[in-house]
Amino acid sequence: MVYNEKVMEHFTNPKNKGKLEDYDAVGKVGNPTCGDVMEVFIKVENNRIKDISFRTFGCAAAIATSSVVTELAKGKTLEEAEKITKDDVIKALGELPAIKIHCSILAQDALREAIKKYRKKKKK
Amino acid sequence: MMKAYLDNSATTKVCEEAVNAMRPYFSEKYGNASSLHQQGREASEALIQARQTLAKIIRANPEEIIFTGSGSEADNMAIKGLAYIQKDKKHIITSNIEHPAVIETCKELEKQGFKVTYLKVNKEGIINLKELEKATTKDTFLVTIMHANNEIGTIQPIKEIGALCKRHGIIFHTDAVQSLTKVPIDVSDMNIDLATFSAHKIHGPKGIGFLYKRKGIRLAKLITGGHQENGLRAGTENVTGAVGFATAAENAKKADIEKMVELRDWFIDEVLKIPDTALNGSKEKRLCNNISISFKYVEGESLLLRLDQKGISVSTGSACTSQTLSPSHVLLAIGLSHEVAHGTIRFTISKYTTKQELEYTIEQLKEIVPELRELSPLMPKEKRGED
Repeated sequence: MVYNEKVMEHFTNPKNKGKLEDYDAVGKVGNPTCGDVMEVFIKVENNRIKDISFRTFGCAAAIATSSVVTELAKGKTLEEAEKITKDDVIKALGELPAIKIHCSILAQDALREAIKKYRKKKKK
Repeated sequence: MMKAYLDNSATTKVCEEAVNAMRPYFSEKYGNASSLHQQGREASEALIQARQTLAKIIRANPEEIIFTGSGSEADNMAIKGLAYIQKDKKHIITSNIEHPAVIETCKELEKQGFKVTYLKVNKEGIINLKELEKATTKDTFLVTIMHANNEIGTIQPIKEIGALCKRHGIIFHTDAVQSLTKVPIDVSDMNIDLATFSAHKIHGPKGIGFLYKRKGIRLAKLITGGHQENGLRAGTENVTGAVGFATAAENAKKADIEKMVELRDWFIDEVLKIPDTALNGSKEKRLCNNISISFKYVEGESLLLRLDQKGISVSTGSACTSQTLSPSHVLLAIGLSHEVAHGTIRFTISKYTTKQELEYTIEQLKEIVPELRELSPLMPKEKRGED
């Protein structure tokens, strides 16, 4: 199993890492038993993702997909961000080894979970 | 950039002595050891010599050494070879921390109607002799328990297991791939009937191993063809490999073990200074070259790849490097949670490992581990710098 350069770059120097100081919602998916836990923090302004960050426990693919999904979502409206799929994540990274495809689903799900949480909070 | 190869339980560098001893057998003394002519006899003599050397190291007779293409092949030869000649007996006892070459072979036999007991181990990775005794039945024809574990380095009480098997009239096989040249092996004293060995773990070449088979034990022939290896394993003899294997084994010195123990213990002390780390396996009954450490809140593949970027080669028990996405069966068997098993790294040193390489590794760990923990949602709030 070999990762491409893009994956290794996102893994080595992840973008938008850590926890946002001032966030509106966090989406948490995965579980430590499976070896992947992902958290995506979002700050929303005028229905747009103004700021986004992540924390991930997982392999290089899990970290790289987290990093890239935050890049894809940044600046997008919630509706646009919601439509980001695992395939968009994989495309942005070039490719992923077959057994690591599930990591990209996790990244997609973490982002969607954060948006869901944000909307729920807004309704209250 | 500094480099540190700390994956010597995966494979080792071939020692100079073995390379030099093997060289003539590639393009000068390349005869087939089964040929009657001069070149054939030359090869045959080298093979006899290698067999003698290896037999002596484990206190066996040369005719009890059957060369194979690998340790895995030797395990298959022993387990399937013995299973396939059974008339009535159907039961095998093994442990749940064996190498896949043993576990998967047992599973294969289960599909064919054999019954297998997988003994549990304690948190150090040692089997319970009473449990073993309880598991034996009139139907048991084989006990196969590894000598030293490849992941956590735990050494089993082989002599006691051998004595127990002898008392019950059960054949005892041990996979001794990791322990050869690191723990003294005496097949008679330890009551071992069958034992597996491999060259590339002891600074010999890849592609050669052997099965020790006590005289008188019958095995079914798995590879049919010519009459090589006492009619048990067809295929032109790997003379070059055998010469390399024997030379590497001969060049393993007691002083190497002492040096490795010293480095190992120093490294364990240093690495445990990093918070939230734990040593896996046994402190005393441990291979001289194995250091298995769990780094809490960190995932093993990430740590492995970050170390790799710094020129440090290690291995991990994390699921993320396996095809099954389940962490190491050995780490789960000693009671580690999935989460901690995922964060386990195996460092295995050799006689060529230097203190400088280990110091460099500690230095890098002290930088990389906190970085990955900072990124990890599992890291508790109170342990973070920020928040």
